[in-house]
Formats: sequence, structure tokens, C-alpha cells
Amino acid sequence: MMKKLKESGLSKEEIIQAYRHVLMGRRLDERLWQLTRIGKTSFNISGQGHEVGQVAMAMAFEHEKDYFLPYYRDMTPCLVWGMTPKDIMLGSLGKEDDPSSHGRQMPNHYGSKEHNIISHSSTVSTQYTVATGVAYGAQLAKKDYVTLTTTGEGSANQGEVQEAMNFAGVKKLPLIFVIENNGYAISVGRDEQYASEKLSDRGPAFGMTGIQVNGNDFVESYLAFKKVVEDARKGFGPALIEMMVTRLTSHSADDDHSVYRSKEDIENLKKNDGLLLFEKQLIDEGYLTREQMKEIDAELKKEINQATDEAEAMPDPKAEDILKAVYADK
Amino acid sequence: MAMMTYLEAIHQGIEEEMARDENVVIFGEDVGGVKGGVFGVTKGLAEKFGDDRCFNTPLTEGLIGGLAVGLGTVGYRAIGEFQFADYLLPAVNQLISEASRMRYRTQGDWTAPITFRAPYGGGVRGGLYHSQSTEKVLFGQPGLRIVTPSSPRDAKGLIKAAIRCDDPVVFYEHKRLYRLLKEDVPEDDYIVPIDKANVVREGDDITVIGYGMVLNHALKAAETLSKEGYEAEVVDVRSIYPLDKETLVKAAKKTGKVLLVTEDNLEGSVMSEISAIIAEEALFDLDSPIRRLAGPDSPSMPYALPLEREFLVSEEKVLKAMRELAEF
Amino acid sequence: MSTKIIEMPHLGESVTEASIAVWLVSEGDKIEKYDPIAEAVSDKVTTEIPSNYSGIVKEFLIELDTDVEIGTPIVKIETEDAGADEVESEQPVGAEAPSDPEKKEEMTEHINEEIDKEADKRPMERETTETKQESAASRSVPSTDKNTRYSPAVVRIAQERGIDLNQVEGSGKHGRITRKDVQNFDVDSQGKQNTARQTVSNGDLPKASLAVQKGLKKKAEQASAEPVSYTSSGDEVVQADGIRKAIAKKMVQSATEIPHAWLMVEADVSNIVKLRNKTKEQFKKQEGVTLSYFPFFVKAVVQALKKHPIMNASWDNGNIVYHKDINISVAVATDEHLFVPVIHNTDNYSISGLSKEISRLATLARDGKLSSQDIQGGTMTVNNTGSFGSVQSMGIINHPQAAILQVESITKRFVPTEDGGFKAADIINLCLSIDHRIIDGLQAGRFLKDVKENLQRFTDESDLY
Repeated sequence: MMKKLKESGLSKEEIIQAYRHVLMGRRLDERLWQLTRIGKTSFNISGQGHEVGQVAMAMAFEHEKDYFLPYYRDMTPCLVWGMTPKDIMLGSLGKEDDPSSHGRQMPNHYGSKEHNIISHSSTVSTQYTVATGVAYGAQLAKKDYVTLTTTGEGSANQGEVQEAMNFAGVKKLPLIFVIENNGYAISVGRDEQYASEKLSDRGPAFGMTGIQVNGNDFVESYLAFKKVVEDARKGFGPALIEMMVTRLTSHSADDDHSVYRSKEDIENLKKNDGLLLFEKQLIDEGYLTREQMKEIDAELKKEINQATDEAEAMPDPKAEDILKAVYADK
Repeated sequence: MAMMTYLEAIHQGIEEEMARDENVVIFGEDVGGVKGGVFGVTKGLAEKFGDDRCFNTPLTEGLIGGLAVGLGTVGYRAIGEFQFADYLLPAVNQLISEASRMRYRTQGDWTAPITFRAPYGGGVRGGLYHSQSTEKVLFGQPGLRIVTPSSPRDAKGLIKAAIRCDDPVVFYEHKRLYRLLKEDVPEDDYIVPIDKANVVREGDDITVIGYGMVLNHALKAAETLSKEGYEAEVVDVRSIYPLDKETLVKAAKKTGKVLLVTEDNLEGSVMSEISAIIAEEALFDLDSPIRRLAGPDSPSMPYALPLEREFLVSEEKVLKAMRELAEF
Repeated sequence: MSTKIIEMPHLGESVTEASIAVWLVSEGDKIEKYDPIAEAVSDKVTTEIPSNYSGIVKEFLIELDTDVEIGTPIVKIETEDAGADEVESEQPVGAEAPSDPEKKEEMTEHINEEIDKEADKRPMERETTETKQESAASRSVPSTDKNTRYSPAVVRIAQERGIDLNQVEGSGKHGRITRKDVQNFDVDSQGKQNTARQTVSNGDLPKASLAVQKGLKKKAEQASAEPVSYTSSGDEVVQADGIRKAIAKKMVQSATEIPHAWLMVEADVSNIVKLRNKTKEQFKKQEGVTLSYFPFFVKAVVQALKKHPIMNASWDNGNIVYHKDINISVAVATDEHLFVPVIHNTDNYSISGLSKEISRLATLARDGKLSSQDIQGGTMTVNNTGSFGSVQSMGIINHPQAAILQVESITKRFVPTEDGGFKAADIINLCLSIDHRIIDGLQAGRFLKDVKENLQRFTDESDLY
């Protein structure tokens, strides 16, 4: 049973705004797949099936001051943090004005100086240790910002994840670690990835709270994050949240999950699609009607079309800038 | 001026920078508290600047790397100490994938102004994992700088330059030079350029290029050779990466006879690249094949004394190679 | 009975010296092996030193609290074994070897052997390994056929200076000709067979050959040594000397390889003439060199090159090399030869600076003392053909440059004035030769126009400094 939306303590407007973010995340990602298939971008890796939990997570932070070190499935929380659909498009199209990397990194490596979203690489989970530095900076400067970093359950087995959580526990850093658990590390299922029942059990092992949440349950996720963020801001130290989500798509544009997932499994995925569950809940609990949702969808589509057109018209990086910003003086 | 060891000079450089800029922080294994590092480089800093700015980390080098990168992105100038250069290997992912690429991959939106300190070098009975010259592992990673001082005076000026540099800098410190070298070091605020090699002795018969312990061997050998009628130009590489090609090529052209000395393995060392650069840029000024003098291609420096001596490039070996080249 | 020495032990990584804080035994004490004898202190550790021998403590060899290097003898022990005195060092129990790895010479022997093996494998030495056992004396024998493998530097310098390497004596290993040998070789001695050969011993050669280095000798002196023959019709045939041969080679290369094109403009340099006439006496007095017209032309060319980098270029195998520096070659004729020394970074010079630099290079050329540095790196040539009265000429480009400018004689002519009358003006022809692979007529024309305008921009008030 999912928690009722009113238990979140959020206003109706805030709940509808949350839905807009979830739907925007879905629709924008669908557009990125389209662009990949027609060859306008070369790659996409998506967070479809993660969006409800991701939006709940992001809404628990103060985006003006809190830092976010995302991983590659976190387009939707980056939108909540303030990035725009056009920003995302600029990145996928590899444009010079791409705020994530100015066309230097593959798509989906999100970052934005303007929005305190720190750039990450593709060698998974390095953002976990980097996040300790960001969080330690808050302690040094006696500031009350909280740092959020995420990774997948596959990447959570990297050594640096344990190193980071250990240090955060020692220093009681204002740092929230998140494992978005969609059950697959590309093609490798949970039973080949880790032996413990819950990854959130690793939290207490490093001296911090560990909570597993159902990422399809907006309110459960939001309330869990709200609590740990408040605690961290008060100086009570870090927390680990394992967010159970669904991976609706293949790992990436270069992968075909029908090779390792059965037809049945793939058909069943729809039952666990957080978006559909969230929509049903919104209708059942009287927040939105199907018609209103269609209107929102139409508005978002327009916004995405405009973002795509505008981004496509922006200049590519110049070949002669290949050596720009290698060092500080160049 | 004050007589100072190489180690004291590094300590003073760090101390001055921490006093000058409150954003400078230093950490690593045994770095904080009353111990102040296994070699004592950071002794007293925790007491002077507080346990927040000079602190111990758990035994986790990957964390030391990532912590420094994170601090860099939010405006601090982190100094991460790897207890031995051999131990930075678990952090190579952070150094290469994050630190060296942060500026490039965001075109300067995010940067990582970090100094990673790495005590390196053999001749201390350190065996395979306390003797290595690991700079070649990080060499050729654009975005990252690698520097090493070969004298106390340079040690102070260069560590200060590294801390102030807006790029990630790996600062290699030669363990055997820590207490071996003593000289007058200015007590005022000065820096040594982060990207320049240094001609430490002039001569017109042969050119010797090196850094660290072997550079000091070369300087002594050059005096012996001088009595035999040959003058050696001796160049301290100082900026291991990126290399100061201009100074190195100029020195190579000056005599046309080049000896490259390193205490690393012969193959795949920094000297291999210097050799390629000189071959490309100075062929028609060369009067002999470019020579390399280095350790053998064994995996690192073994512990037992005869093995360690076999590996080490001694002053005698340097002198012999220099003399042969001078007579060529 | 024999005497043993205990040294200050190795006390850890990076420790190079230590002192004794306390003696735990006294002189004359009888001690057992492994008994602690002293407490040693370094800046890192405090540790007990155990004895490696049983016997009598004979003598303390160092003072308390005095830093000594690791490996310094600290105590003498008399043992009861019947062996002879051993004064060579031995390590105490539990202590490691001295930190100075260079102490025991025998250890380096193997390595030296390895280095020797390695060195013998190197290609440059393979040539001469069979003569490796030659004595030092035999090495100073003049070079033979065996030593005709030259380093890149030797070949380049020999080509530049027109040196026949068969005539150079090598001072290197096994008589190899070194770079210094060719740099210091007296070019003028070529063709005189052995008369000019230097017969000094191997070790002394570098300095000795410097001492015998001379400038070009007077023609008269030289003639006697030149092989002269006569043809049946009585024509005199003189073998060209090295420099003449080098000039010939270069001219043929320039004329055959470079497709030349020519342009000429005339420029009114009346103001420069006035300026020079006004300042030359004072200039000579102040600066010690004569103020000629030539520096003004070099300056005007440099200014134009800044705007037209294509003129400061070279053709290199299908690539155009744009030179970063502007290095103007200036032609200097002596009685016998033509030299083209280079004013490096010409754009750094004022008119006064150029006067002095040109004067310096001309003097060196006349004295035969130009170094290889002085003649290298030119990027365009300015030729003062006017100095011998020419009013029009077609220069041959100085390979591998892209252009040469001939500065002809200044002549007085009547020119029309704006109000329809005539005036007397100082007019000069500027003749430009270009490498048509790199430069087209239009570019050359624009360049010349700028040179002309630069010249006409001088006034009789212009600054020479």
C-alpha cells in the first residue's frame, strides 16, 4: 500500500509540480531515444522507471545552496534542481553551450555550475568520494548546505563507495548517499551483484542511518529524504538511502535487454512503472483528472519541441578549441 | 636565509601557504595530530592551524583523491598526502579520471586546484613498495601536472607554487633527499615556476638531464669530470609533466651529447619521452646517440641489499656514463 | 685476540645521521653478544644498539650527543677469538646495512659490466668494437676509412661550412669526428692537404684546435697553396675552394628548385636621404658606426613582413612553413666571397640597433669569423645591390626562403608635383624575387606597396632609436 499524498505535507500545487517533473523526465527521455534512433545524438542512457523516487528525492533539498553529485540516470532530479530541457538537449547534441561539459562528455553526464550540480565521469561511483570533499567543505566553512550523491546498485560495489561512506561516518558529514536500485547492472542481476538482503544495511556498518524505500511510492520516498536531509543539516551526520526502482529500458542505447530479460519480465515492467502508478494515485486521490494530465502532457511536449529546436540551432564546439582548458593558463 | 633540509623546506612552504590562505587544507594518513606524518613533514601544522585544516584520513587512498577533488570544486586548495608514492596507485582513478579532467570536461566551470604529495625514490631499503618512482604512471595525462624538486631551495618554492597553482599538481618528494640535502633557503615568500626546467650547471661537452637523487649524483660527477677537462651541462627537469621542452631541447642542442638519468626502470620512463622529444627536435645537432641511464627492468626495487644496489643508479654509474659520453 | 668495530646502524628510511645519547656500557666492560651497548637517537627514532660480538669494550670512538653519519665507527670491541685484527666494518645485530649504497665498490662491478655490455650493443659503437682494445696512443692516429660514420650534427655543420670531412681529424673515441671538431675546423685549410692538419694528441684537441682556429687568410697567402693547372689553350684552372663550392651548390639548388618570379617598384626616399644627411655625423660620433641607408630598408621590410607573414615563409615538401621569428639575412660581399649572415629577431632592432648589428656581422664576415649561429635561421633576405651601383637586378632566392629583396642605388630624378610642376627627388628601385610556389603576384605586390609606404613614411625628424 502506498502512502497517501496528503501525508507528504506538500500543497496541492507542489504535488502537481512534482507530477510535471516526473512527466517531463519521461517525455524528455523519450525524445532523447528518438534523437538517438535517427542519428542526431549518438547515445542515451535513461532513468525511465526511476523518476517518481528521483523527484521525491530532489524535492527534499534546497536547490539554492545544496550540492548534487548525480550519476548518469539522474536527468530528472537535475531538472528539479533547476536545469532546463534545453540544457539537457545541448548536452545530448554535444553543443558548445552544454552546461554539463560543453560537448566534451558523452550525453547524460550532468553538471551545472549555476545549479551546484558537480560534473562526474563515467568511471562509476567516483562521485561518492568527491562528494565527501564537497560535504567536508560545508564543515570547514561552517555552512549548512547538504550534499547529495547517487549511484546505481551495480556501481555501489565499487571500493570508493565504501571508502566514502566510511569517511563520512567518521567525520559525520552532511552528506546523503543514495543507491538507486533497479536490479540490473547492465545485464547482471542482483543475485550476482551482492549477497546481503538490503544494500541499506551498509549504512549502519559505517555508522550512519540506512533506509530502503520504495521509489515508486512518492510520499514514502519524500518523507524519508526529508528526515535525513533535516538531520544532516542539523549536523547529525550522513545517511544512506537505497531507493528501489524499475529499469524500464535497456541499460543504454547500446544495449538490448531482450537478450537477458524474458519477454514476460519485460511485459511485467509496465506494472511497476512508477509514472503510471503515480498517475493512478493522483486521480484516485483527486489531485488531477485524466484530461488535466493530457493538457500538462501537451504543454510539456511543446516545451520539449521548442528546447530541441533551439538546442539544435546552437553552435558546435570548434575543432581548434581541442586544447582549450586543459590547464588553467590556456 | 636559513640552513634547511629538503624536508624542512617543504614543511616551511606548506606552513607559509596555510598561513597565507585559509582555504589551504592538508590531510592524509598520519598527517594530522601530534605525529605530523611518518616523515614529519606536517609536524606541528595541526596544532598551528587546527584539526579541521590538518587532519588524518582513514587508510583509504581513493578517498584521499576524491576528497581533494571535492574540496577543490567548492573553492578549497587541498593538499592530499599519499604516505608513499607507491600508495597512490589506489587513487589513480581519482587523479586521472577526475582531477586531471575536471577543468577540461567542464571547460573551466569546475576545477580541481589540488596538490597531491608523494614521497618517492629508493635507496632507503624500502623494497618493492617503498622505493618506487611512480611518476610514469601519471605521466602523459594532460590536465595533471607532475613536479619534483631536487634541492631544498626548490622544494620550498615549488611546493608553494604547487599549492597556488589552479591545476592539480602531483608533487613528488625524494625520500633520500629529505635529510641528506641542506642548504641556505630564503625565509621569505618566493615561488619557483611550476612549469620550467632548470639548468643547474653549465658546460659545453655533454648534457645530463635528470631529477631527484640522480641529479645530485650528476652534479657531483660533473665536478670530477671537470678536473678531467670536460664540462657538463646539468639540467633539472623539475616539471616532469608537462615537460619544459624548450629548455630541454636547448640544453641538448648546446652540446649534442645527451645523457638522460633516472632511478626508474629503463623502459617506459619519463626519460623515454624526453629522448623522443630530443630526437625529434634536435637530430641535426646531435653528436652521439641519446643515452639513458636507469634502473634495470625489474618490477620495482628489491629489498635485499645486493639487489637494491644492483637496481640503484649510483654516483659511480652516473660518472662512468658521463665520462663515456664525453669521450665519445 | 682481535679488534672489531661497531658502526652507527641504519635507523630507518631517510635517516642519514644520528647521535649516541647514553652509553649503556663502560670502557673495559666485558660484554656478551646482543647486549645493548648504547642508545642512539635520530630525528625520527630512539633505539638501543646491541653488540654483535662478545668481548671487552675497548674504546668509544665518538662523543655523546654528537651527530655522526650512519656507518660511522662508534665503538671498538676486543674479542677473544684467535683471528687477526679486523678493522673492516661489520654490522651490529639486527641493524641494517649502511644507508649509503655506494660504499662497497665491488657491488657496482656487475652493474658496470652490464653497462659495458649494453653500451657495446649500441649501434654507433658497433662500428668500432673490434678496435676497443687499442691503446690510448693509437686512438690519436688520424681518422681512417673506419671512422666515416658521422653524427647528424657533424654532417649538417660540414655541409653548411663546406667542409670535406676527409680532411678533419677526429678527437673522439677511436678517432671519431666530433661536433666540436667540425665547428672548430679551419675551413680555409682545406685543399692544402696535410699542411693545415692539426697534429695534437687526443686529449688536448678541443682546446688546441680552438687556438689554431683562424679567420680567412689573405688571398695572396692562400694562392700559393691552391692547386693551379692550365688548359691547352692557356686558360688557368683553379680548383674552387670550399666556400665557393658551397656557394655554388646553394645557388644551383635555389635556381633549379625554386620557380622565381620578379617584381620591381620605385620609391621616393627623399626624406630618408635628408634624415641621414642631417644625422650621420653625430651618429658616427655617438655610436661609432656609419649610418648607411641600408638599415632603413631592412626596417621597412620587417614592418611589412609583420603584415604579410606569407613572405616570411618556406616551402617544405608540400607544406608552407610560416616562421614565427623574423630573421633577415643580409648579403655581405668580401673580395672573394658572398656571405649571408642573419640578423636574428630583426623586429627587435631600431635603426640604430640595425646599423650596429649589420656592421658587426659585416666585420665578422670580412674577418672570416662568422659562427654557424650567425648564418643560420634566416627567413628572408635583403640584398644591398645599390652598394655597388646597380639600379636593377634579379636576385636569386636564398634557399629555403621565399623571397629576396634587392635594394638598388638611390638616384636623383625629376618627379611631377601635385601642383603640376616638377621637383628633384631621391628615387630608388626595389626588386623583389619570390618563390612562386608559395607567393602569388598579388601578395608580392601588396607587400612591396607596404615596403614602399613604410619608406615614404620616414621624415627628416624620424627617430633612429
